[in-house]
Amino acid sequence: MIAELGHYALILGFCFAVLLSVIPLIGAWIGDRVWMRLSRPLAGAQFILVLGAFCALGANFLMDDFSVRYVAGNSNSLLPWYYKLSAVWGGHEGSLLLWALILTGWTAAVAKFSKSLPLDMVARVLGVMGLVNIGFMLFILVTSNPFLRYLPSSPQDGADLNPLLQDFGLIVHPPMLYMGYVGFSVAFAFAVAALLGGRLDAAWARWSRPWTTVAWSFQTIGIALGSWWAYYELGWGGWWFWDPVENASLMPWLAGTALMHSLAVTEKRGVFKSWTVLLAIFTFSLSLLGTFLVRSGILTSVHAFASDPERGRFVLGLLAVTIGGSLLLYALRAPVVKSRIGFSERSREIFLLLNNILLVVATLTVLGGTLFPLIAEFAGYEVSVGAPYFNLMFGFLAPILVLIMGVGIYSHWKDTPAGTLLKKIPPLAVVSLPIALIVPWLMGAFEWMVVVGMFISIWLIAATLLDVWTKSASRNGRWKGWLKTSRSFKGMVLGHLGLAVTIIGASLVSHYTVEKDVRMEPGSVSEVAGYQFKFVSVGHKQGPNYVGDRAEIQILDTDGDLVSTLHPEKRRYVVTGNVMTEAGIDPGLLRDLYVSLGEPVGEQAWAVRVQYKPFVRWLWLGAILMAWGGILAVADRRYRVLRKAKVRDQKEVSATVDSVTGAAVGGAE
Amino acid sequence: MNPKRKQRLLAVTFIVVGVGAAVGLALFALSQNINLFFNPSQIAAGEAPVDQRIRVGGMVVEGSVNRDPNSLAVTFNLTDYNGVVTVAYTGILPDLFREGQGVVTQGRLDTQGIFQADEVLAKHDENYMPPEIQRAVDKAKQAEATN
Amino acid sequence: MMRRVLLFIPLVVIVAMFLLFQQMIGHDPSALELARKDKPMPEFALPDLHDTQRFLTQNDLKGKPMLLNVWATWCPSCRVEHPYLLKLARENGVKLVGLNYKDDRDAALEWLDKLDNPYAFVLFDAEGKLGLDLGVYGAPETYVIDANGIIRYRHVGVVNEKVWKEILEPLLQTPGASS
Repeated sequence: MIAELGHYALILGFCFAVLLSVIPLIGAWIGDRVWMRLSRPLAGAQFILVLGAFCALGANFLMDDFSVRYVAGNSNSLLPWYYKLSAVWGGHEGSLLLWALILTGWTAAVAKFSKSLPLDMVARVLGVMGLVNIGFMLFILVTSNPFLRYLPSSPQDGADLNPLLQDFGLIVHPPMLYMGYVGFSVAFAFAVAALLGGRLDAAWARWSRPWTTVAWSFQTIGIALGSWWAYYELGWGGWWFWDPVENASLMPWLAGTALMHSLAVTEKRGVFKSWTVLLAIFTFSLSLLGTFLVRSGILTSVHAFASDPERGRFVLGLLAVTIGGSLLLYALRAPVVKSRIGFSERSREIFLLLNNILLVVATLTVLGGTLFPLIAEFAGYEVSVGAPYFNLMFGFLAPILVLIMGVGIYSHWKDTPAGTLLKKIPPLAVVSLPIALIVPWLMGAFEWMVVVGMFISIWLIAATLLDVWTKSASRNGRWKGWLKTSRSFKGMVLGHLGLAVTIIGASLVSHYTVEKDVRMEPGSVSEVAGYQFKFVSVGHKQGPNYVGDRAEIQILDTDGDLVSTLHPEKRRYVVTGNVMTEAGIDPGLLRDLYVSLGEPVGEQAWAVRVQYKPFVRWLWLGAILMAWGGILAVADRRYRVLRKAKVRDQKEVSATVDSVTGAAVGGAE
Repeated sequence: MNPKRKQRLLAVTFIVVGVGAAVGLALFALSQNINLFFNPSQIAAGEAPVDQRIRVGGMVVEGSVNRDPNSLAVTFNLTDYNGVVTVAYTGILPDLFREGQGVVTQGRLDTQGIFQADEVLAKHDENYMPPEIQRAVDKAKQAEATN
Repeated sequence: MMRRVLLFIPLVVIVAMFLLFQQMIGHDPSALELARKDKPMPEFALPDLHDTQRFLTQNDLKGKPMLLNVWATWCPSCRVEHPYLLKLARENGVKLVGLNYKDDRDAALEWLDKLDNPYAFVLFDAEGKLGLDLGVYGAPETYVIDANGIIRYRHVGVVNEKVWKEILEPLLQTPGASS
């Protein structure tokens, strides 16, 4: 009964999505204010209905209703209740429903926080989001309905959730990632609405900027959670594999980062408009492409796609209509008037343009590496593109990007006095170079990539802090001065510092991880990176839905003091028969000690992998800083002032529009 | 040249040089890092290059897994039911490694015709299973069924 | 005007990419080339599984559109599709002919005894001679053969509700198949 109610709510939600996309868009076209005003309540109603459908599916999981196919396929009565809940998005159908929920959620949020926007803009934005919703819900209803039942007979118990997904990280990772993916739909909707309404101005960039930044922050956290989860749950200590699923989340992030910066230029200077619009479309397209191509399996297994070509065709049609349609609109409506706003080659505009080019090139690099096996296969070759390709490309692109960032921080809009920028380079180099050389020495081995990684991170940190030093000068002291800087400035500082921290973590953990596969039995000791790992014992463990072996391993430092006691496990999940490795980790700011059980190799002996992973936490710490920076920037006063000073602002905006009538085509103009 | 033109020229140069360099590097990196895939019968027929990084996939022959009792060295045979190749590996095998199951190994073929693997991936391992391997495994299964 | 044309570049790139994907979806690895499509059944003379004295030929596969199902006792998927074949034969009145492929006769007879026999008759192809002529790739495979003994389609893999409804049933009912 509940499943049917959920299904019904979803169908009704779909109907509201249709209304949401038709009425306000027509209203905006013919200028009917009543029709336009309907957009907000429709968006709210749509959200509530999809929320209802989602809750219904959740209830089915909690009540173990195995007559619902999706529940039977992804849950089991033995599963703890919180995993039953997270199993809602453990499979294809449910994760699509989560997508739809988040999409309607963002739509409702735009409806709620858009008081300062002109009505026709709101109507168009919500209408466009409604269009996207239509596609999604149609896809769910037609090809991936999670509410289908087994009739007349249903299984006694479910097939259980994939043990890899029975984990805290997987409870929070997909929703965060989807918040990011789907959040870019707002920037997309703003861009398309602006194209529709022919109002591609600075105000448009200002409206869509905070939404983009929030989405980007979620995406950052989502990716970091995914990496963290892979690190501890997959059991072998890797944190990034360059597999298509990860690439799919990285691509919109890179493009989104470019978009965030490009929006800043468009807002402040009114240039690069067409480029920014294109980026907005590009970013959301990558979100769609990423999720769908991975979900439908074209990248991970041709079979998954071929076995259900109907789903594949639908996805493709949906993508073609959304992306193709918006690009067609772009081609027809993007402004081609020459820009009358000048800026020199030392201007901040140019630096941000470079940032954009590099980020887009990085995105295309990932896209190329991900799609290459697909294209090669079409040509009859069976190949795979390994991690070294991506590492090489990023090892090349990232240093250029970061070096330019460090200098670019000091650039001014329009033009920077000659010499100012050059003058900054020596002090930055003086700080960075020694540290970059000392760190490998401290870590005990010289690695070129570590020198590069440390050099660019310190370069960026030094540049950022120096900038803070200059900007925080005030009569009441530095601290007061720092507090007085705008939140968006603080956000930028945090974001850039976060990137540097992540790069430090990535360079150090990649090159100084010590990894040893050893055969251990009770009493054996293995030494790794100055720590003694003592295999104490191994015993059986009975979990709620698994059985396993659990080892006890003591770690002693050089003085023989106990550092930590770890309990790595090998689990066998009863229902699916899957074997899982649960690592034992002793986390620390400067290093993680990581132990995982391989396989039994004798009576009491096990193959054990012992690892020392320096600075691995910095990877995720950096991501947290970046996301925090994003949130801080959105909390900037000017966005709130904007809301209060609505009427006045309206006039200013139109004034800006007049002064900025000309618009650039892309960055190249 | 007026400043306007100069500026445009500059921007275009940036883009062309930057994108050109990146594309060049990408092609270079791709050419270095594409791992061609071979199946055991191709290796048995001597079609695979020696001492080059390649991938080999197939089914683990039942009863062929041999573990050295004192270290983590292990050897096993891979087959596609047409040819067999012996794989040597040192370290921990993935959770889903089983006899009679499909696996993919990455490494180099030595002059003795033994495949020295530095990576072993089992199906649905933490590293994803590329489609070509899935297909190789399926082909092997089909061949098994037909024989 | 020139600039406007430039703006179409992203659209063109994307359209090209979609065309590629479209090809990829159509590129179904299980849809094998069928060399004998729309050609008559190859000539053969094989014993009936139940009565090895009785020989059957291509002429026994004419008169009514039918499904030729390649199966064997060593094939696990055949066991999966067996109940559905029974249903097709009993409830839908489909004419099913079995081709017992590279199999052991006793095991095959026991299988039909235990699981029931959906086939009008079963060709016993111990050496896989007809299989070779047909280009059988593995088991199970199911061929659609029209009233004139012309091969219309080959399905590789298990026959289930979806395959029947979407592929086989329409083919059996086309005028080309029954004429």
